[in-house]
Amino acid sequence: MKVLVPVKRVVDYNVKVRVKSDQTGVELANVKMSMNPFDEISVEEAIRLKEKGVVTEIVVVSIGVTQCTETLRTALAMGADRGILVTTDVTTESLAVAKILAAIAKEEEPGMIILGKQAIDDDANQTGQMLAGLLGWPQGTFASKISVDGDRVLVAREVDGGSETVDLKLPAIVTTDLRLNEPRYASLPNIMKAKSKPIAQKTPADYGVDVTPRLTVLKVVEPGKRQAGIKVKTVDELVEKLKVMGAVA
Amino acid sequence: MSVLVLAEHDNAVLKDATLAAVTAAGQLGGDVHLLVAGKGAQAVADAAAKVAGVAKVLLADDSAYENALAENVAPLITVLMAGYDAFVAPATTRGKNISPRVAAALDVAQISEILSVEGPDTFTRPIYAGNAIATVKSSDAKKVITVRGTAFAKAATEGGNASIEAVGGPGDAGMSVFAGAELTKSARPELTAAKIIVSGGRALGSSEKFHEYIDPLADKLGAAVGASRAAVDAGYAPNDYQVGQTGKIVAPELYVAIGISGAIQHLAGMKDSKIIVAINKDEEAPIFQVADVGLVGDLFTLVPELTSKL
Repeated sequence: MKVLVPVKRVVDYNVKVRVKSDQTGVELANVKMSMNPFDEISVEEAIRLKEKGVVTEIVVVSIGVTQCTETLRTALAMGADRGILVTTDVTTESLAVAKILAAIAKEEEPGMIILGKQAIDDDANQTGQMLAGLLGWPQGTFASKISVDGDRVLVAREVDGGSETVDLKLPAIVTTDLRLNEPRYASLPNIMKAKSKPIAQKTPADYGVDVTPRLTVLKVVEPGKRQAGIKVKTVDELVEKLKVMGAVA
Repeated sequence: MSVLVLAEHDNAVLKDATLAAVTAAGQLGGDVHLLVAGKGAQAVADAAAKVAGVAKVLLADDSAYENALAENVAPLITVLMAGYDAFVAPATTRGKNISPRVAAALDVAQISEILSVEGPDTFTRPIYAGNAIATVKSSDAKKVITVRGTAFAKAATEGGNASIEAVGGPGDAGMSVFAGAELTKSARPELTAAKIIVSGGRALGSSEKFHEYIDPLADKLGAAVGASRAAVDAGYAPNDYQVGQTGKIVAPELYVAIGISGAIQHLAGMKDSKIIVAINKDEEAPIFQVADVGLVGDLFTLVPELTSKL
């Protein structure tokens, strides 16, 4: 079975983002960019399925500026087989991304598409579900365990209040949650090897997709700051304070 | 303008997350209708009909909807949306699972986890783990929106008198089967609905100590128990206890953080709490920058003392 894994280039997880003073967005100049952490989990899961003999080929896709090549190279160094880069300077929304991925899925005919449950920049948590809807495939979102059995996949999902399991007919969409696995680091030989793995160059127009955003960002501001309160010295003072504030009876 | 709201329920009880979504939907203007999709969910529909601000309840009662499988529920909503201008769902794992599938079918961009309604097509929403707030304007004719429950007041559960109408849908899409659930059983309130939360961090040191020190304080306060990601990753508390950007977003009346340093990702999940209390031995811990009341010291002596004195 072939799997498709989309990977997004985002501001690195450890960077403290700063809102631009003109309120048009967050500062992206000279900021470290990395693969979306949930997408790393997706790539890792695909590789583990390949190591188990369930998956035969892993195709990674990235949509965005030309520097997304680096994100694809990271995935290839981890163990993916080939890449597709869909270049656009537009900040693509989930719907446009899902449409491009749906077109790619129709060409590539994967048995499963594994996506991160959300990207840590726009926090939309939409693309996988939209893609499933567009393709008419079942979806196992927020996965904490994936097991393929013949033409079906069992997906344990992290849900409010615990976990649940769905049994899906392949082809299917899976979106990954944090506990699914711990992604590996690429070894130096694999990083070197990844340089010669093929990356196909495409544009949204190749797939007939209009990526014009549907949402206009009017402004981006910092969240309201909370003022630090007081420090008390004893438990008695704490209890007294809580009573005054009406927090406890 | 009319708005269809997805009711969050377990076929027996209407969940509070629905009430915040009803409030947000009301702010869009026009009639608010609640969709109860489930199996044997008449009691939920009856409760939904009493929610203030709800004009009509649509009850889709079918085994296909029993476990809220997105493959079955999304087509039902898509068909119903012919008669509505906006679809609103609580930003629960269920709402997040179903809504984008509806948006794709309607060919509209979803606006995720809104914090406020600024106008009929303009909303604020958190990006970058809540480190920035974006104001976005939608150009789509129909809106698909999920609502962060902590950002809106809950609609009253009494006072409404909506009619209940049975609706049918496409039924079972035949591509997915619900294979079971393991829900955490607890006598305590649910994290996202609790008025008081006591959360423990890595400083507790073990699963045994976590329960030994956190549970009695939570019981005394009638509180839900939460945990930092560090505590969850260390195995001191189950994953569904996790409060933070990658866990649950909470905003109780009182949040008591025990042995939690206050990593950005934890703060993102609880900084909208009304009163924050922190107990930590490190007086430089970032948690004290957001705490209304801080107590520096050893949690293993302070927490039992607090429990006994409350």
